[in-house]
Amino acid sequence: MTINAHPELPEFDYIRPATLMEASRFLAQHPGESRPLLGGTDIFVRMRDGFWQDKYLVDVKNLDGTDEMHFDPATGLTVGAGVNMNRVIASPDVQVHYPLLADACRSVASYQLRTRATIVGNICNASPAGDTIGACLLLDGALKVHSLDGFREEPLNTLFLGPGKTTLQPGDIVTALKLPLPPAGSAGTYIKLGRNKWSDLSIVGVSAYGYPDATAASGYRFRIALASVAPIPLVATAVEKYLADHPISPEAFQQAGLLAEEACNPIDDVRGSARYRRAMVRRLTVRALLKVWDNINRR
Amino acid sequence: MSFHRIGITINGEYEQVDIPSNLTLLQMLRDKLSLTGTKNGCNAGECGACTVLLNGEPVNSCMVLAVECQGADIVTVEGLAKDGVLDPVQQAIIDHGGVQCGFCTPGILISSRALLDRNPEPTEDEIREALVGNLCRCTGYIRIVDAVKDAAARQPWSG
Repeated sequence: MTINAHPELPEFDYIRPATLMEASRFLAQHPGESRPLLGGTDIFVRMRDGFWQDKYLVDVKNLDGTDEMHFDPATGLTVGAGVNMNRVIASPDVQVHYPLLADACRSVASYQLRTRATIVGNICNASPAGDTIGACLLLDGALKVHSLDGFREEPLNTLFLGPGKTTLQPGDIVTALKLPLPPAGSAGTYIKLGRNKWSDLSIVGVSAYGYPDATAASGYRFRIALASVAPIPLVATAVEKYLADHPISPEAFQQAGLLAEEACNPIDDVRGSARYRRAMVRRLTVRALLKVWDNINRR
Repeated sequence: MSFHRIGITINGEYEQVDIPSNLTLLQMLRDKLSLTGTKNGCNAGECGACTVLLNGEPVNSCMVLAVECQGADIVTVEGLAKDGVLDPVQQAIIDHGGVQCGFCTPGILISSRALLDRNPEPTEDEIREALVGNLCRCTGYIRIVDAVKDAAARQPWSG
């Protein structure tokens, strides 16, 4: 038997619509056999491996401003669907106001892959391992979506249904990610445990985010999102509640680590066992919270 | 499957190429244009042997459709030397013995050239980070990193 380790792409038609409406119409008319194309860094791998057999790839990355990135000090950041991760990382606005997002992007694969990879593609692919999704969830992200009915906004926290599954429907095209302005004094970090130090998919990914908040009993809000340990990118809400209600201390962070471990629901796979993942969620959550705490107090 | 005619500038020369939808930039370079310096390693965006510059930025050419490159400017390893003079990165790789089997070398050269274009004085960590996506199965990384450091010092504008 011959095994082709790197097959070429199967046959499909590449479609480049002139407008978003044309793209939405085509995708709505061809459900189950067409797919919007951004960077293609997931699509091409899955098509080569035979997991996806779409007849049409609809290139939506140069349509109606989808390649623009814009920061407004009043309303926040808009990252167009076609904006690649290297552009996000290099943006001074992102570095100053959304360092967690830059951190998460930097953890993805390699520089040359990030020249193509996009945050919106990472979100729409809905992998539980998606490195940038946790940051976008913690930063209260929303998607700007175009469909046959025009534009609407979809909050990220209700988007994910399962591995690779979202609430998006045929004809929906995400044109941008929108992130509100972060609260004053916020800090975040993304800790990614892979099989090697760089470039691999995560065994466990922990995004942590925190800021002073006078309405919380502890005076602070901390949020944790977990990658690769549940069917969807998971926000550990029990951690946020616990750390809002209890005085901040190393012991409180230890307890938060346990709560994160209880919240996750990992599987055994080629990258790691469920047992190992649970243990790492606990340890890395504590580590991430301590780092965020340290950064908040340094400001 | 639909076919497309694209116009594309490769190593400074304009070409018109007829291609099917599913042809990658890598296949077009190697099979249509006989530019076989760019290598096919993993065909999955992991090994970096197929790295070329697309509008000045490095990409895995196995992860880009040729049809997406309409109007683009591509530089392959064949386009690094100018008027018979090697790029400083090429010369440094030779001088430091940074080539073993040579399969990864075209991708390493392109990634390094891209790094020096965006960051003329990289630290060792920055060099290593820029080369994360270029795997060398001979594991000759130390000489490669030394060569890129040296190439940075040899840039025409370097003191």
